Amino acid sequence: MKTWMLRVWRVGLLSGLALAAAPAHAFIAYVSNEKGNTVSVIDTESWTVTKTIKVGQRPRGIEFTRDGKFVMVAVGDDDTIQVIDAKTQAVVDTLPSGPDPELFTQDAAGKVLYVANENDNTVTVIDLEKRARLGDIQVGVEPEGMTISPDGKTLINTSETTNMAHFIDTSSRQIVANVLVDARPRFAEFKHDASELWISSEIGGTVSVIDPVKHEVIGKVTFEIPGLRREAIQPVGIGMTKDDKTAFVALGPANRIAVVDTATRKVTKYLLVGQRVWHMAFTPNEKYLLTTNGVSNDVSVIDVGAQKVIKTIQVGELPWGITIAP
Amino acid sequence: MIRWLAGLIGFGLVATQACAADPVTIGVGYLGVAGTRSTLSLVEQPAENDGVAGAKLAIEDNNTTGKFLNQRFTLEERRIKESEDPVQAATALAEHNSFIVTDLPPDALLKVADALRDRGTLLFNAGAIDERLREADCRANVIHTAPTRSMLADALGQYLVWKQWKRWLLVVGSHDEDKLFADALRRTATRFGAKIVQERTFEDKGGARRSDSGVTLIQRQMPVFTQQAPAYDVLVAADESEVFGAYLPYRTWDPRPVAGSAGLVPRSWDAAQDQWGAIQMQNRFIKLNSRRMTALDMQVWTAVRMIGEATSRTNSGDIRKVTDFIKGPDFSIAAFKGTRLTVRDWNLQLRQPILLVDGRMVVSVSPQEGFLHQVSELDTLGYDRPESKCKLK
Repeated sequence: MKTWMLRVWRVGLLSGLALAAAPAHAFIAYVSNEKGNTVSVIDTESWTVTKTIKVGQRPRGIEFTRDGKFVMVAVGDDDTIQVIDAKTQAVVDTLPSGPDPELFTQDAAGKVLYVANENDNTVTVIDLEKRARLGDIQVGVEPEGMTISPDGKTLINTSETTNMAHFIDTSSRQIVANVLVDARPRFAEFKHDASELWISSEIGGTVSVIDPVKHEVIGKVTFEIPGLRREAIQPVGIGMTKDDKTAFVALGPANRIAVVDTATRKVTKYLLVGQRVWHMAFTPNEKYLLTTNGVSNDVSVIDVGAQKVIKTIQVGELPWGITIAP
Repeated sequence: MIRWLAGLIGFGLVATQACAADPVTIGVGYLGVAGTRSTLSLVEQPAENDGVAGAKLAIEDNNTTGKFLNQRFTLEERRIKESEDPVQAATALAEHNSFIVTDLPPDALLKVADALRDRGTLLFNAGAIDERLREADCRANVIHTAPTRSMLADALGQYLVWKQWKRWLLVVGSHDEDKLFADALRRTATRFGAKIVQERTFEDKGGARRSDSGVTLIQRQMPVFTQQAPAYDVLVAADESEVFGAYLPYRTWDPRPVAGSAGLVPRSWDAAQDQWGAIQMQNRFIKLNSRRMTALDMQVWTAVRMIGEATSRTNSGDIRKVTDFIKGPDFSIAAFKGTRLTVRDWNLQLRQPILLVDGRMVVSVSPQEGFLHQVSELDTLGYDRPESKCKLK
């Protein structure tokens, strides 16, 4: 059974066939539950949890493979990344990450995976086809946020205690620049046109906007919510619309998603979601944005056009990451 | 093995700093007292390197960041015996180090602070919890990363009040520090609406902390000592001297929980703390020092990280610039406590959440929900600006 699935997973990756993973309007979201050691599968037509998959210890970073056939989930306390077959919704394989993987990103072709390993200050490079570890890149203390530039040439890693965004050349695998940002940078997101890189700082309470060519902070998004103390505003996940006009920023224990006009870098609206909101994912048609709310154990559904929260779905214990089938 | 080989054959991926210039060296001194005190519980006996182990980790963390900024951090450690002059030791350290982290008794710290004032050395008090160092005896060249007794007492008091355990039986040791902690607890009770139903003093008659038949005797003494108390919810012990506190849990005449110096204890840090990314810090610490991290280790780590944070933000090793930045309004430090820590500008005390621990688990973290403040909820812990007697000079 396991060998068979393993083969399918490898063939799936190698073939590169474009497969329709879901019908036009129903999408499938996978949510990692950090404390529950499970992944909840959500159907976006019925907005219900259709399956709960048991995974390893402390699942956090979660992402579909580019072909939509598999879901990779970092199980930090098991020091590995597990692979879930999206068809059978069962764990079929593991990837050789370094110790305590948390977040990861893949190149455009879906062939190389870059993993932030919090415990040993490295980014691990993995060949997805061969499932082999290609090497490590030394970065700052507690690497966390990971993203890749739209042209695939630059890998960004943020380190939480060093407080930097490291710019890594993906061909030479060398650090080419380090940009200091506010305390505890957790998440990195490029604009689709590659003109700006946004980095959230959880303890600093800001989002830094970086010019990726000059390697300079060119602006900062700040947040202010009446009646809420400054310390409670802890930006983590960032979602950017395809037209790059609107950014959504999860504010952690402020229990809100900030809607940011990217031209003025000002917040236009705060949407109340569940408690300690971590990460988010758009449906491919960008109609909905789903957020994981750690402390209230649920997922909020935001109507992107209306900028309104329309639904809350109970998932497992301490939901953390989320990915939606392409 | 295969994994390692693949890694080796594949790539030698070590990022190197292209900068050719010599790195800026930032010297950090550590000044502590030789020897360790004796605790009632053998598992709580501090290690020889208690405190300085935190400095070593922070120096490593700072250097990982420093390699991207061409900054290098060094640590020079000095332990003095009781007979030695702290000023002499501190002056020698100050020759090569602009920053000195101390774990000294209050009077020794004040002597050092005054002796080094004109030199511009910045001191970090990581060990002394005495209120007076932040109040009447505050100094402009001393930043405090250790919490104060009033912060610890308030953190505990907020939780006990939240729990509706408002009737306290206060048992105080006979040493000066015990009395100071009792003062802080009385202040807390008044602030947060708890009632001290009775106070008892436990005299230190100079008994040994280790004995072969100890438990039998303690089991007879403690119930008797705590009997005939007025109705109370929780026994609060003030025993910094480690004479009786740890003997109280499970041995009180009435079946009541114990808090304060034993039972539920307020601390700046604990080896069980794993929230807010702390697990990575705990793992790093264990890997480096082969033991678990104590509150003193954390207070020292925080001090050295504050130096690193300020030198990276100012991109400078200049003592003046770094000091101004740490004392300025834009400074904050992340220390795995779920919120940014900042410096109280009126007395240079680091604001911080306080953990309530039972020796195995973190039971809660104060400030508790509902204790509000117009500036920072962290200022519901300890003496606040309007009460302060500190005049920085």
